[in-house]
Amino acid sequence: MEKVQRALALVLVIAVGVFLTLTASSIEPPFGSFPLRQVGTEIETSVGQQYLENAPQQTGAANVVTSIVWGYRGYDTLGESTVLFTAVVGVLMAFRAMRRNE
Amino acid sequence: MTIIVRTTSRLLFPFIFLFGVYIVLHGHLTPGGGFPGGVIIAASVVMLILAYGIERAQQRVSILQAEMLDIIGSATIAVIGILGILLGAYFLQNVFPLGELGKLFSAGNLALLYIGVGLKVTASILLIFYAMLSD
Repeated sequence: MEKVQRALALVLVIAVGVFLTLTASSIEPPFGSFPLRQVGTEIETSVGQQYLENAPQQTGAANVVTSIVWGYRGYDTLGESTVLFTAVVGVLMAFRAMRRNE
Repeated sequence: MTIIVRTTSRLLFPFIFLFGVYIVLHGHLTPGGGFPGGVIIAASVVMLILAYGIERAQQRVSILQAEMLDIIGSATIAVIGILGILLGAYFLQNVFPLGELGKLFSAGNLALLYIGVGLKVTASILLIFYAMLSD
């Protein structure tokens, strides 16, 4: 019974792997290129292309990742640092309470 | 630890610390920024903990100092954000001059925000290590 289960699991894993490989290799547009957006007859460049073209002039940062992290998506990163702060407070609470109970 | 580990870590500490500061300060110019740079600075102190023990490391950066550093980092981000409102723009909007592209003093508040994040991440990682190690 266990051998049948293992064989079934192996077949399932291989099937999923083959499916994912075939799907990923046929995705349009290919990796590294920007999808184009068509509005009526006009073809516009995507938001990623817009960031790459405009970020250095708009934010003054040579690193485009930084201009997205703190420039265009500043609220997101503010929340990210809040998550970090909350995590540290939680760890400190847990360890100090554990030490007090010993 | 043995004298080899102690001497090596004492000699390497300033260089790793300086590399972390470089990563934080050049966050708006090169790949990196406050999050990885803060972790590198914290890792230099963690190396001292491994070589010399927790007491010697806490003589350099005490728990209270690490807590203060964490609060200063958070306050830097909040103050820069509110400064945008006070000067007539939106929250977290850039109110400083942009400067010349590619120079160290450029990008307005992005560089200052990354300094705040660097302080915060350094203090956070250190506090977690202190809390887990000290008994």
